[in-house]
Amino acid sequence: MTTTSDIPRSARAFPSLARYRGVVNGAFGMALLIFLWWLGGRAVAGNPNMYAFSSFAPGPTLTRLWTMITSGEIFEMAGPSLYRVGLGMGIAAVVGVPMGILVGRVQQVREITNIPFQFLRMISPLSWMPIAVMAFATWDAAIIFLIMVAAIWPILFATAAGVRRIDPAWIKVARNLGASRTHMLTTVILPAVATDILTGIRLALGVAWVVLVPAEYLGVTSGLGYAINDARDTLEYDRLSATVVVIGVIGFGLDTLCQKAISRLNWTKTS
Amino acid sequence: MRHTPLEPSQTDAVAVTATAEVRITAVGHTYRVGDGEVLSGIDLNIGAGEVVALIGRSGSGKSTLLHIIAGLLEPSEGVVHIGNERVTGPSAAWVMMFQAPSLFPWMTVAENAGLGLRYSGQKEGVDDRVAEVLDLVDLSAFSDRNVQDLSGGQQQRVALARSLAPNPDVLLLDEPFSALDMFTRQSMQQDVRAITKRLGLTMVLVTHDVSEAALMADRAVFLKSGSGKIVGDTPVGLAPKARDLNNPDFQAELARLNGIYSQMQTQC
Repeated sequence: MTTTSDIPRSARAFPSLARYRGVVNGAFGMALLIFLWWLGGRAVAGNPNMYAFSSFAPGPTLTRLWTMITSGEIFEMAGPSLYRVGLGMGIAAVVGVPMGILVGRVQQVREITNIPFQFLRMISPLSWMPIAVMAFATWDAAIIFLIMVAAIWPILFATAAGVRRIDPAWIKVARNLGASRTHMLTTVILPAVATDILTGIRLALGVAWVVLVPAEYLGVTSGLGYAINDARDTLEYDRLSATVVVIGVIGFGLDTLCQKAISRLNWTKTS
Repeated sequence: MRHTPLEPSQTDAVAVTATAEVRITAVGHTYRVGDGEVLSGIDLNIGAGEVVALIGRSGSGKSTLLHIIAGLLEPSEGVVHIGNERVTGPSAAWVMMFQAPSLFPWMTVAENAGLGLRYSGQKEGVDDRVAEVLDLVDLSAFSDRNVQDLSGGQQQRVALARSLAPNPDVLLLDEPFSALDMFTRQSMQQDVRAITKRLGLTMVLVTHDVSEAALMADRAVFLKSGSGKIVGDTPVGLAPKARDLNNPDFQAELARLNGIYSQMQTQC
């Protein structure tokens, strides 16, 4: 419920603008960020000790970003990274969703796994790095493993929590109408927890995207993490900061996609 | 809200003659070892097409008995037969309607109504059958709607359509109208009786409300709390037209049943 007193005075004064308030504020936030970045760039350029880093500023960065886009370099960088995150997330979902359903449905499984899972969850995915490098034959496999380890817990726990909130009456109704175990899964449990699973995937994606960059500092010679490391070594700071921008934009885009999917699958009626 | 009786043409299209008697033999039940019996030595035969109300206070085991008939609960002792089949689990041939409609909010009205058909693996004629049962409960216009947009009475009608879609022989009702307001409840009670009678279904209804039993049932069976036994079994002698709260015959029959009910509660 919105009453007139809830609307800020300024919005009330410009009713035609109030409709676009969200967009206007969003654009203002972006402008503020770029302004602060520009300010930082000015400060660095004006300081003789830091002059070498002046291409971190918006001007050189965005110019370089444009070249990266037109030359296709951006796709060469992002492609392998997206592949690794996609595969790691995919494996995490394939393992995490069924595990989460089991943990949510079966009390005994929940009790047995609770302490081990909470323990494993608290270990930073990156601390598995040396073990991953030893255990897997290729660098790619090690990175995918690290992303999987990072992504599995949010997916598993969100699924389990959703399953525990399922109305027992739904299960009873389905059983009463002769639902098989498969029917129970496909017509009751999975649709009931679809938004929980996606919320888990969204959280997992956030973590996975963060873990990706340091993971790609490992032996591989492709991907966004590698590009950052490489740009640092070759002192191309405009390339480095353009890559940072690319990482941010892709992460933001993936998160938006998840949000869209969540609101599509959300069956809860908000009146 | 709708109070008009169903027109014959609406139900003639639904070709259902399936019906079966329910035989309950020496059924007793204890929830946990060491606890007292909630039901003991229940013998009850319900004729094909008969509507029986199980009346009792909470704790009388009436809902337990209904769950046993539905195959949702295995009795500690005794057996239930429906038609020629022994009840060992839930089936589309005997379907229970619960207190809450518990529709699936991620499905439309039509998808909810067709659930039983989907579970039984039926592929052909599902849409036609769903249209028929939605017509039967007067919700044809709502088939593509979100179930969350429906009123409580409409939701319970969808639940009724969902129960009727797989052509059950027996319909079991566990106080399904207790959450509805008085007017909606009364129209539902009359409609459900009319539909069951037209389809020739056997119906077992659990209630603590004697007037609900008088409105809907052909026969009233009283269960006493504490003992878990049947302590009264009487036909409800009312002409179809007399099943109305304002009818004097109804008032007289209700008074008689209420008399039996209160007498049963005081007797040992």
